[in-house]
Amino acid sequence: MKLELRGLTKRFGSLVANDHIDLTVESGEIHCLLGENGAGKSTLMNVLYGLLQPDEGSVLLDGEPLTCTSPGAAIAAGIGMVHQHFMLVPVFTVAENVMLGRERTRGLGVLDQRAARTLVRELSERYGLAVDPDARVEDIPVGVQQRVEILKALANEAKVLILDEPTAVLTPQEIDELIEVMRALKRNGTSVIFITHKLKEVRAIADRITVIRRGKVVATVAPDTSESELAELMVGRPVQLQVDKRAGTNLGGAKLAVEGLDVVDPQGFLAVDGVSFEVRGGEILGIAGVQGNGQTELVEALMGLTAAASGSVKLGGRELVGAGPREHLEAGIGYIPEDRSHDGYVGTFSVAENLILDLHSRAPFSRNGTLSPAAIRANAAQRVEEFDVRTQSVETEVSALSGGNQQKVVLARELSRPLELLIAAQPTRGLDVGSIEFVHNRIVRERDQGTAVLIVSTELEEIVALSDRIAVMYRGRIVGIVGPDTSWDQLGCMMAGIPPEEAAQQAEENPTVLGALEDAHE
Amino acid sequence: MSRPWVRELVVSFAAVILALVVGAVLIIVSDADVAATWGYFFSYPPDALQASWTAVSDAYTSLFLGALGGWKPISETLVQATPLICAGLGVSLAFRAGLFNIGAQGQLIAGALCAGWVGFSFELPVVVHLLLALAAGLFGGAVWGGLVGLLKARTGAHEVILTIMLNYVALYLLQWLLTTDVLQRPGRNDPISPVVEQTAQFPNWPGTRLHLGFLVALLAVAAVWWLLARSTTGFQLRAVGANPEAARTAGMSVGRAYTIAMLAAGALAGLAGAQQVLGTDYPLTDGIAGSVGFDSITVALLGRASPIGTVVAGLVFGALNAGGLQMQLQTQTPLTLTTVLQATIVLFIAAPALVRAVFRIRAEGTGTVLAKGWNA
Ligand SMILES: Nc1ncnc2c1ncn2[C@@H]1O[C@H](COP(=O)(O)OP(=O)(O)OP(=O)(O)O)[C@@H](O)[C@H]1O
Ligand SMILES: [Mg+2]
Repeated sequence: MKLELRGLTKRFGSLVANDHIDLTVESGEIHCLLGENGAGKSTLMNVLYGLLQPDEGSVLLDGEPLTCTSPGAAIAAGIGMVHQHFMLVPVFTVAENVMLGRERTRGLGVLDQRAARTLVRELSERYGLAVDPDARVEDIPVGVQQRVEILKALANEAKVLILDEPTAVLTPQEIDELIEVMRALKRNGTSVIFITHKLKEVRAIADRITVIRRGKVVATVAPDTSESELAELMVGRPVQLQVDKRAGTNLGGAKLAVEGLDVVDPQGFLAVDGVSFEVRGGEILGIAGVQGNGQTELVEALMGLTAAASGSVKLGGRELVGAGPREHLEAGIGYIPEDRSHDGYVGTFSVAENLILDLHSRAPFSRNGTLSPAAIRANAAQRVEEFDVRTQSVETEVSALSGGNQQKVVLARELSRPLELLIAAQPTRGLDVGSIEFVHNRIVRERDQGTAVLIVSTELEEIVALSDRIAVMYRGRIVGIVGPDTSWDQLGCMMAGIPPEEAAQQAEENPTVLGALEDAHE
Repeated sequence: MSRPWVRELVVSFAAVILALVVGAVLIIVSDADVAATWGYFFSYPPDALQASWTAVSDAYTSLFLGALGGWKPISETLVQATPLICAGLGVSLAFRAGLFNIGAQGQLIAGALCAGWVGFSFELPVVVHLLLALAAGLFGGAVWGGLVGLLKARTGAHEVILTIMLNYVALYLLQWLLTTDVLQRPGRNDPISPVVEQTAQFPNWPGTRLHLGFLVALLAVAAVWWLLARSTTGFQLRAVGANPEAARTAGMSVGRAYTIAMLAAGALAGLAGAQQVLGTDYPLTDGIAGSVGFDSITVALLGRASPIGTVVAGLVFGALNAGGLQMQLQTQTPLTLTTVLQATIVLFIAAPALVRAVFRIRAEGTGTVLAKGWNA
């Protein structure tokens, strides 16, 4: 199905989020949308999906004008969307979720479970989306949940599928699988609109790329455009894609010392198993690993959010095990949580309020229990400017910001006070290339001021780019701690649980194409 | 930020209008004479229309005059609004901290009990006695509410269950004490306490039932506004109410916030109880709370859990109560109709989508704090 947007315009008050957008998506085309944070990509897709009403312009489907006043209408017209935050019912099975909203019944209102299961099996075979129809959604990993979302759209016979930043939460393997699924969809004539900030993915999969900046289409280009060209188109200036990171000069003594740390997760499993490491002042330690190998629990224990079962965590010689999050913050820890909307900000609070969320009881933001609105506003104005947060005003609710700008609010808050230790989990998730450059430089600057930095990321690229030393986690244990010039292949083997020496040997024996490419890139 | 605020106001206002329309239908249906004229509507329509119009306009005119037609009705409206505002503030405050406080009734009873007991058990100088009785009322309510916050913080028990149960405990405790020497008036067999000493009564505006408690209520409004908008504690309460996980990650104590919110909410309901016994009733009876504690939940909902909104909603409900009494006296429209009106308003408030659909008010940006109340 051919989809055309003509002069589509969407305003939020005085802000023009989409400014006369023209876009054509051919039948069976994979069309990528690129653009910096707040460019208006999600807004455009929400308009297309009937969640928002356009102020001007029209949508044509195979030449026929289409107006969607609700997602229901969009679905009926053959448009499907997978949101960045999944909309699944956790306690339902995969089949039940797919059936949701289009329940088929056999007489007496009995749900036709068998038909749903058959449908799921059939679709997952046709598109290579491996899922178990009877698995409960809360029990399956994020990558599989996303497949369920895609299945849901396909079950509704979507001819145009919108994927809004689907890869932000996926592991590299899951991304590969998603790319395969998109190719299968394409073969079936489904058009895919794919939003991402990762230029490599774009170049790997797109048929055409449209770049949006500040609500306007700036260019539609072919996928052989170079990464730096794409980056420049997005941001409007040349972007340095590689961090300028000389070895730290300000290396101090051990600041953070973790000894034999055990953390038990709510299910009673040992999620972190006897982890020991040190981070020195002026050093960045990166923790690499496939998602779900204990990184989340480790970080939460380091922040006092989850109790450690045993072991010790010392910051500057002071024992922190047993202390709550407040004591951790007061000890000088800056914390960027991996799930920003869950732990990082309060959606209904303004940008200004969120920028002092963990500082509100300190001067100058409050005195004797009374908030100082002037100081709070001044702080907000300064941070918004410094971190280039695209917001209508500092009074705007954070939930109205684009995903990347929400992340910037959290970063701006945590990086704006003197720190002993910075713990950053997935610090650049959802950020555009320009902002990633900025944030990486800020993190390096923080290190150079003598702060100990702990980066947790599932993106090997980010870990390799930033770290002075790399610890690899597998099943709750640290497999080994290696230097920053370790090859990608060796790190990859370590992420599968193979100890460093053996991993080095294996990597040498069977090099991978991608690994070689990346190492050459360094 | 002013636009969603305006939209909420419009929705609340529209809900009141819709409720009045529903009320009009009820007036017509419930009046046998008027209903009879509809029996021959198709042979002679004017009769039915005329009779209906008269019945509705008479009822609403007396409702309006009873609430706002002169100083005396207005003062009565203010009297009715006073405890509703205070208890409503308590419910609103708890809402903002993410707690669904159904317990204003129990907290109000606890407050009235303590304030009344201090009011008639001691002989003290003028100002001192009133202040002491008032403090006792705040204390009683705070204990009753704070207990809920503490239990929730410590054990994770759900506040809705706790508050509902404590409502019963408070009521039966009062009923029982009214049959013992602690509260029962000497020489009486029915459950009634001695009259509160003159020194502990709120001074009245001459010639009306309006008392100084109304000003105290306005002071409470200012205090709650300050607490929520300007204090670090209020910042924590709001953060915990909107996203407890993020609040905890930012170093706030969620349990502490719940306890403080319920302490304050209880104190405010306790203040309402003190106003009832020290301002209008004087002796304690088991009917001291009326339905104020439950109505205050409605008031908080209608006021969208904001201090200013609660005042406006409290005044609207006060006017409906005061006017309803007059309406019953003058047009024999049953008083229960005002209750139906109030309930209908709540229904429309609780279903804003319905109101928007009827009035074609555009909705964008969703979610009020009220939907959060049920999150455990
Ligand atoms: N409901 C809303 N009310 C007001 N402004 C909004 C609303 N939704 C989005 N905006 C604004 O519109 C602009 C575009 O936002 P949008 O979410 O489309 O960006 P995006 O391109 O998806 O960015 P990102 O890459 O960060 O996800 C932003 O400036 C955002 O603040
Ligand atoms: Mg977006």
